[in-house]
Parts: sequence; C-alpha cells; structure tokens
Amino acid sequence: MKIVLKNIRKEGYLPGINSYMTQGGYEALKRALKTTPEEILSEIKKSKLVGRGGAAFPTGLKWEFTRKSRELPKYVVCNADEGEPGTFKDRFILEKDPHLLIEAMIICGFTIGAKDGFIYIRGEYFKAYDILQKAIDEAGTNNLLGRNILGSDFSFEIHLYRGAGAYVCGEETALLDSLEGKKGQSRVKPPFPTFAGFNNKPTVLNNVETFVNIPEIVLKGGEWFSQIGSPSSPGTKLYCLSGDVKAAGVYELPTDISLQDLIEKHGNGVCGRLKAVLPGGVSSNLLTSSDLNVKMDYSSIQQAGSMLGSAAVIVINDTHCMVNLAGRCIEFFDYESCGKCTPCREGIKRAREILTNIAQGKGELSDLALLKELQEVMFDTSRCGLGQSALNAVSSCLEKFYGEFKEHILKKKCKLGICSMGKDF
Amino acid sequence: MSLEKYKQEVKKILSEYSIKERALLPCLHIAQEKCGYLTEEIISFLAQELGLPKVEVYSVVTFYSMFSLEKQGEYVIRICVSLPCYLKGSGKILEAVKEELNIEAYQTTADKKFTIEPVSCLGLCDKAPAIMVNRDIYGGLTPQQAKNIIKEYKKIK
Ligand SMILES: Cc1cc2nc3c(=O)[nH]c(=O)nc-3n(C[C@H](O)[C@H](O)[C@H](O)COP(=O)(O)O)c2cc1C
Ligand code: SF4
Ligand code: FES
Repeated sequence: MKIVLKNIRKEGYLPGINSYMTQGGYEALKRALKTTPEEILSEIKKSKLVGRGGAAFPTGLKWEFTRKSRELPKYVVCNADEGEPGTFKDRFILEKDPHLLIEAMIICGFTIGAKDGFIYIRGEYFKAYDILQKAIDEAGTNNLLGRNILGSDFSFEIHLYRGAGAYVCGEETALLDSLEGKKGQSRVKPPFPTFAGFNNKPTVLNNVETFVNIPEIVLKGGEWFSQIGSPSSPGTKLYCLSGDVKAAGVYELPTDISLQDLIEKHGNGVCGRLKAVLPGGVSSNLLTSSDLNVKMDYSSIQQAGSMLGSAAVIVINDTHCMVNLAGRCIEFFDYESCGKCTPCREGIKRAREILTNIAQGKGELSDLALLKELQEVMFDTSRCGLGQSALNAVSSCLEKFYGEFKEHILKKKCKLGICSMGKDF
Repeated sequence: MSLEKYKQEVKKILSEYSIKERALLPCLHIAQEKCGYLTEEIISFLAQELGLPKVEVYSVVTFYSMFSLEKQGEYVIRICVSLPCYLKGSGKILEAVKEELNIEAYQTTADKKFTIEPVSCLGLCDKAPAIMVNRDIYGGLTPQQAKNIIKEYKKIK
C-alpha cells in the first residue's frame, strides 16, 4: 500500500512535471476545482487524517477552523523544516516528488480560501530547494499556479522560504516568526495559527507528509483512506529507520505495522543485539525488547509509554552506554533551545551538568532524583514542545537502565569503556 | 561580491516584499553565501534599508547557526553529531577531520579554506555518519574516508 510514495517507488520516476502528469498528477486538483470547498473538507474529515509532523492534530479540523476564520487574507504554510534527529522523510518527498506537495497545497488554498502559500524549507536542504523552485516554475508555466488556475476563477501562488539552521523553527509558531523575518522563538498559544498565524492572519500549517496525503484522499475519498491501517490514526506513515539497523531508510507502511515487523522485516534486523528503540526520536521515551509488539500508530505508542512524533525510529544496540547516550541527547537540546523561557534554558544546562558529572565519575545518587524533578518541572512549565520533551529520552534512560547510572556513580566505572570518567564529554 | 552588487541584489529581493522586514533572512543568506560572513557594513546597510534597528539585525544573525559574524572558510564542513550519526561513530569522524585540518570544532584554518561546524541532524541519517561540505553530501563514512575527502578538497586551488 503506497499513498505518499506511490510515484517515487515507480522505476524511472523523475521529479519533473512530465513524470508527474504521466502518473495522473494534478487530476486531484482538477477534481477539486469542480467540487466545492465544503465537499473537500468533508472528505478530509472522513479520512481521519492526522498531522504527520508530530502533534497528530486532525487535519480536517485544522482546515475547517481556518476556513471559518473571518479575517482575510488567509495563508497556507508547509512545514519543511525537518530537523528532528532521525527524521529524513520530508527531504525524500521534496527531492523526488515536489509536484505532489505543490498539488496538495493548491488544493488546500482552494479549500480554505487562500491566495498565497509558503514552503518553509530547512536552510541546509540546498538540493531540495533547487528542485522545488524548478517544480514551482513548471507549475506556473502550466497554469497550475498563478492567475485563474486551469481556467477557474481561483488564483494561487507558492513562495519558497529558506530557514537558516535552528531546530526550534520546526515548532509551528516559531516557524511563523521566522517566516516573518524574525528570530524563531515560539509564541504563546492560543491564539492558534488557524486564527492568527502568518502576519497574524488565519493560516493552515501542515507538515510535508500530511499535505501529500491529500491528493489521493480527494481522488479516492475519505472513507477509503480511513479503512487503511489502525482505525485510530488511519493511513500509512513514513517511518524513518536509523541507527543500529541493517537497512536504514524511509518505509511507507500502514499504521498498524508492529515495531518488530518494521525492524525485522523491513529494516532487515538489528546490527548486533537490541538494547533500546526511540520510536519518535530524541524527544520520545525509550522502548525496549519487551515492547516490540506495539503497533506503530500514535495511540498505541502512547499507551506503551512513549510517543510516535515524526516517526524517527532510532535503533540502539548493546554496544552503547546509556549514560553517554543521554548526554548526547541533552547536548542537542542545549544547542537548540531558543532561550526564551527559563525552565528550558536553565533546566537543560543543569541536566547537562549533572550528566557530565556522572560520566566523569563525579555524580551522586541524589543527582538522579534531581534529573527526574527537572524533567517534571520542564514538562509542566516550558513554553513550547522543545523544553517540554527535552528530558524525555534522558529520564527514560534513567528509568530503564538505572543500573548503568548507578554503576557510573557508585563504582565510578563505565563498563563499556565509553564514558571518559575523567575527561570532558 | 562587491558591496555595490550586493546592494542591487537586495533591491531586487525587496521589490518582491510588501513588508520590508520580512526580507531579512533571504538578504542575509545571500551575503553569507557570497562573502562567507556578515560584515558590519552589510548589517548597517540592511538595518537601514529594511528599517530595522541594528541590534535587531544582529540578534537575528546570531540566532541562526547558518549565519556568522566571523569570516568562514571557503569550504564549511558540517559534521552531524546528532544521535543516529553518534550511534554510527560521528565522534570519530569529527576527531578525524579535526586532525586532518589541525583545528578545533568551530574554527577556521589559517588559510581561510576550511571551517569545521558540528551540526544537528542533516536529514541524512540513513547514510550515517554523514557530513556536508558546502552543498555536497557524504555518508556512511569511516574516519579514513572522511580524511580522504578533506584531502581532495585541499587539492582544489
Ligand atoms: C521543537 C519542535 C520542533 C518541531 N519540528 C517540526 C518539523 O521539523 N517539522 C514539522 O512538520 N513539524 C515539527 N514540529 C511540529 C509542529 O509544531 C506542528 O505541530 C506541525 O508542523 C503541524 O503540522 P501537521 O499537523 O501536519 O503535523 C515541531 C514541534 C516542536 C515542538
Ligand atoms: S521551551 Fe525552550 S525552545 Fe521552547 S520557547 Fe522555551 S526556551 Fe525556547
Ligand atoms: S543524525 Fe546525522 S544526519 Fe540525521
């Protein structure tokens, strides 16, 4: 079952408009322009599609809120900032099937009544930027963008906008500030972007993968989509397998695939012996071998005590020290915190200090309770998702591999010989 | 690129924006790419042209990791140090590149040819450990391969 990779997985498929047209490209747009925005909305709601960027918010509702907002103009924004470590699915789509995203965004513009769309793309995605720009130009030449699209009275433009290296800009309100030419620091919500987004106007902001599901839903109907995968969050998902797995890569699979099958059948198994898996990247809690039967949909992973997020499935084998690994996770957040709110800015620094001390043989058992407390405070009081989830992976390392931490603290020893136990991290 | 030519480019970009402030990032990107850093002169010019306080331009420049106030090398070597690459040995890649160039992370060689930038995930995790040299991507590296790549760039005059 391929929905978002239906073209890409065909042999010889190229990112140009001719290839796309041969595969039935822009048929969904033609269909959409012949129906009404209400009909499209109704199909998307029926599909039960939820956002693929991490927060799993129902896409139909998001579009409906924006459509109903009175303020004008309205905007469509695509989040192509892909910065979550272990996530590389959006780049894959942007480079290999840019017209699928463009078609989806035009349909979105038609549905909510917007004239302008923006693609906010990671600054380091140089190649994807060039490919997208070319595709946008091609769409313009073919009257798929611009004035009176395909002879209708609907007009729409797409603008490309480059980020400049800041993970936090993937957070939707930080992204909007960055799109407005400012530092990317999160805004207080509410108001949500559906009411006050870009330029404080109603804005639909979706992830690349979310958007590219839309054309097929328009063509085949919401009912069809809702029957695929897990009933609670149907459809397929792009799983990004990385780390100690034999066949790392992007896999499009129905959401009722188990973690075990994903790793064994599709990833060809673990390199070495499995120690832990982060199902939703460094912001999620660790799962271990006893959790392998879990289905890879949002609610099942949550019930298992973690989160799916953007589905950055990072496999960790038993050659890695969890104290050292926790230190690496916190290093990332320390570098990327925007510094706007105190719990995140200061909490991360303290957590990093504590972990550095433990790895140097200078830790104390009471530090572990402190880490747990920090995690709770940061979860409750940080302004955006970065700070709220920054210590998830760390605290689950602690919980599930308590013995390793104890050994570093009491015996001043790293059994795997990875922590310096004296030198800096 | 000369300042005169840059000013013309900025004018061109500004013509596409109804609110001038919105054009700051695109203007900074061009200068960074063409000059290797953002000079005092460029920052003053942009502040004036976009109607922003200079301190605002500075704060934006320092917020984003792709912009810099010091001249970067002709080749910026971005070495991913996020978890999936870490699991695949990015630490050793970073050490190898440092050794090959005889500089530390975030430093630039004396001849202004190379800068080492440890960075967060580059979206190349299926090719871990991964690095980028300017726009070019290299993945699945051993420390020796990383050194060889740098050696090749050294040969470019
Ligand atoms: C720190 C942080 C980083 C994020 N990074 C991304 C990202 O790179 N791409 C993305 O689509 N969503 C990211 N998100 C989620 C967005 O805030 C937002 O929920 C999403 O883009 C909405 O689109 P969707 O409903 O289609 O998922 C991030 C959230 C947080 C808190
Ligand atoms: S939680 Fe962190 S990243 Fe988010 S606003 Fe606060 S300081 Fe910035
Ligand atoms: S973790 Fe290195 S490229 Fe993603």
